[in-house]
Amino acid sequence: MKTEISFQLNGEEVTVMAEAHYRLIDLLRGPLGLTGTKEGCGEGECGACTVIVNGRAVNSCLYPALEIEGKSVTTIEGLLGPRNRPSILQQGFIDHGAIQCGFCTPGMIMSAKALLDSNPEPSEEEIREALLGNLCRCTGYVQIVEAVKKAANELKRMS
Amino acid sequence: MKNFRYIGKEAPRPDSADKAAGKAHYIHDLQRPGMLYGKIKFSEHPHARIKHIDTSKAERLAGVRAVITANNTPEIRFGFLRDNLALKKDKVRQYRDEIAAVAAIDPDIAEEAIDLIEVEYEPLPGLFSPEEAMKKGAPLIHDTDVQGRPRTDNLLSLQFHHESGNLGDGKRASEYLIEREYSTPLVQQSCLGTAGCIAEFDMNNNLTIWAKTQIPFLAQRDFNRALSDMGLQGKNSRVIVPTLGGGFGSGLDTHAYEYIAILLAFQTGRPVKIVYNREEEFAYLSPRQSTQSRIAQGCDRNGKLTFREVEVLQDNGAYTSWGATYPSVMMLPATSLYRVSNIYFNARLVYTNNTYCQAMRGYGNPELNWALESNMDELAEEAGIDPFEFRMINCNEPGETTPMGLKVSTCGLKECLESVAQKLDWKKKHKKSNLRGVGMASLIHVGGGGRIYRSDASGLILKLDDFGNVYAYHGGVEMGQGLHSVLTLAIAEALGVRPENVFINPTDTGTCPWDIGTHASRGAFMACNTAILAANKLRDKIFELAEEVFPKEVEKNLKKFREKNPGYNPPEFDFKKEAKSDCFELQDGFIFIKKGPREAWLRLELARLLRAVHFRNQGQMLTAEVFYDPPNVLPDFEKGFGNISATYAYGTQGAEVEVDVETGEIRILHLVAAHDVGKVLNPLALKGQIYGALAQGVGYALYEELQSQQGKIMNPNFRDYKIPTALDMDFPIDLEFIETDDSFGPFGAKGVAEPGLVPTAPAIANAIFDAVGVRIRDLPITPQKVLVALNKLKQSQETPRRKRVNKGT
Repeated sequence: MKTEISFQLNGEEVTVMAEAHYRLIDLLRGPLGLTGTKEGCGEGECGACTVIVNGRAVNSCLYPALEIEGKSVTTIEGLLGPRNRPSILQQGFIDHGAIQCGFCTPGMIMSAKALLDSNPEPSEEEIREALLGNLCRCTGYVQIVEAVKKAANELKRMS
Repeated sequence: MKNFRYIGKEAPRPDSADKAAGKAHYIHDLQRPGMLYGKIKFSEHPHARIKHIDTSKAERLAGVRAVITANNTPEIRFGFLRDNLALKKDKVRQYRDEIAAVAAIDPDIAEEAIDLIEVEYEPLPGLFSPEEAMKKGAPLIHDTDVQGRPRTDNLLSLQFHHESGNLGDGKRASEYLIEREYSTPLVQQSCLGTAGCIAEFDMNNNLTIWAKTQIPFLAQRDFNRALSDMGLQGKNSRVIVPTLGGGFGSGLDTHAYEYIAILLAFQTGRPVKIVYNREEEFAYLSPRQSTQSRIAQGCDRNGKLTFREVEVLQDNGAYTSWGATYPSVMMLPATSLYRVSNIYFNARLVYTNNTYCQAMRGYGNPELNWALESNMDELAEEAGIDPFEFRMINCNEPGETTPMGLKVSTCGLKECLESVAQKLDWKKKHKKSNLRGVGMASLIHVGGGGRIYRSDASGLILKLDDFGNVYAYHGGVEMGQGLHSVLTLAIAEALGVRPENVFINPTDTGTCPWDIGTHASRGAFMACNTAILAANKLRDKIFELAEEVFPKEVEKNLKKFREKNPGYNPPEFDFKKEAKSDCFELQDGFIFIKKGPREAWLRLELARLLRAVHFRNQGQMLTAEVFYDPPNVLPDFEKGFGNISATYAYGTQGAEVEVDVETGEIRILHLVAAHDVGKVLNPLALKGQIYGALAQGVGYALYEELQSQQGKIMNPNFRDYKIPTALDMDFPIDLEFIETDDSFGPFGAKGVAEPGLVPTAPAIANAIFDAVGVRIRDLPITPQKVLVALNKLKQSQETPRRKRVNKGT
């Protein structure tokens, strides 16, 4: 049984058919073709599938697709800046060596984005708290935390 | 050291923008037209005869395109000792044994079909520890070897042994002696990107397989053999490596799921994708082996090591992967970490009904280093010598040849030890007994390739286009570690072009030259050495052609320049006469004469030269191809002798910890990692490698353990198998890179991928001992183990800890 759902995806209105058992990640990666959101565990433990729903970072692998009706979703694909260049936060990850295998990266960046949207000047402790649900096996998190700090400074400078 | 233009400077990775934008394509993201989804039915018993498999219900399910078992497919044998079958026929030997598989039009149907397969078993007694499996009369896990000869026990035939000097003499010369046992657990690689592949046949029955592998060329050999087993003699497999999502050793073997995808694809005539979910990754992919070691070491009254005796028992699990050759690497620390003569090393591997194991970062080194560096501290304590001083007394030095025959070209171990002592404030903090403690541990590892196969080589093809771009075809695998980043910089540096003009092609056995695989910390060492060789070849060609092209084109330059600058007076320099092939230099894509003046017109854009030689009669395009096999030898592992690597990486790590004596919890206050890297190629990438390795080392030390009960993995998820989070790693980390400028290393560099996690666990354990006086010898160091040890210590406070041993025992 498919149900039609409409919501805002990366700033645009979309309408799509979803199976009743679909999770948000199935909708994004399947019919919507947005494979930037990664599935690392399917149990909400690793954070690779993090997207932002109505301003909050959520695990899209635990989010029933039908509940997205009328809401606003931002995925990694919606983060690029003007002329499809990396946003300041993405550039921070690039410049500070925060990316290795890259599988955790989209989720990590979405969690960091949700943090900076609500708290533009986070302490290191707050950054680490915000990224607690995002596992990374490659980096040891040091350069990720640096990247978020530097991006926060850069965003502040620009505002 | 030489001044470099790109090497040694921080450079973002070329693939990072795509990864940051979610545009990198992992196996999970790849689709092929008409693709089916495969799923595997795994065994429900650790050891049993398969009496009957009923697939009829699964076959009738709508959307199912194929159901396969050993009964309706050709037998495919694989593995390091070829003791494993893609689909099991008569018997299962571990919980994860593959019994059947389906291909269906979507993953949900495939999963439903798997649940409809019914298997009747006749359970057999299981063996879940090496001790049980070695008992006389224990049931045989494999009745015969691959040749069909009957087996008499569960020991593997692989021999890893070393003896040098005279153990008795060494023991007699010992003033202090200590003998202890240590153990390490099963550990999962925990790549964030799980394992998977897509197999597809063309109409000529040749296979293309997109595989999450670190060994595309060995995999090609394995898959071609499988094609042959399937009756497709002479047919070929092409292995294409997608963006990897982490490797850490998990891609150093071919896996049953890959052969199953191949069988399903052949049967259905459609592409078949199998991707593991997280539970499958934990429970059905091979982890790091568990080990038990017994170590005895002695020293004289001056702290000089007198002998070392090492015995290792390794739980192989039910089948044999390349990971069974861990002891080939264990031999390095056993024979060559610190200067010691009179050595005995022996490793035994035993089949059990536990999950079979494979490679993980460090490949036996973290396992043995844990035992050895814990034991070093115990011996120092016994001898009443400061552990730092003790290591300095026995420190390796450049130029030595070790008892295993390792030729130490450069060695920065002394500097690493000193750096850690200084950064930890060792003299002030050691032996302070205030619930805080400091500890250190060192390592040796292969740093110049590691020959465990007939060839340790790697190839590179460089192709230039009309625009001055360089395309690299290299068989090494970028798994996240940054191989393509250093290869880009090395090509730019060695050839003389800008990094933006270097493009690394996807790793593909159809286009790239052969490479043994990305293991043994050899990626950057090999790739950059091939880059230098290939660049030199190209430069020779370019400069030879420039003898003719350069004067003509520069003359045109000068004419234009004069038109724009009428009063211009060129410096006195006869560029026509000086335009000789050995007088040119190429930098950032421009050719100029080394000793000539740096005038803007007196240089030739590489692209112009390339077009000039391309678009003329009998024109040519430039490529260079090299194959580099490093100057090392395949050791005789039964004798434990041979210079396995062209150079060796050293390092020391230090930890400061605080122990909560109420809860047993360990809080890391500070980590220091000093590594002899030869030369820093890209500081940004190198730091990332070490930080990441340290996190894996912390996990290994404090909490990672794949729990196996009667052969069943009990914690196949990130909830119960904990890897470090951003909060767990919230302490200061100091990195120090010692540059020893190794003559075999490209630009002086050594391999560094694995060393970062090798000594972390013993450094932490040694710090815990310094803090509270308890010695944990089995990893991981959980709060429960610390509490038990603290209680024991309390009870035995009255008995003196230090005992002198009799000479000659």
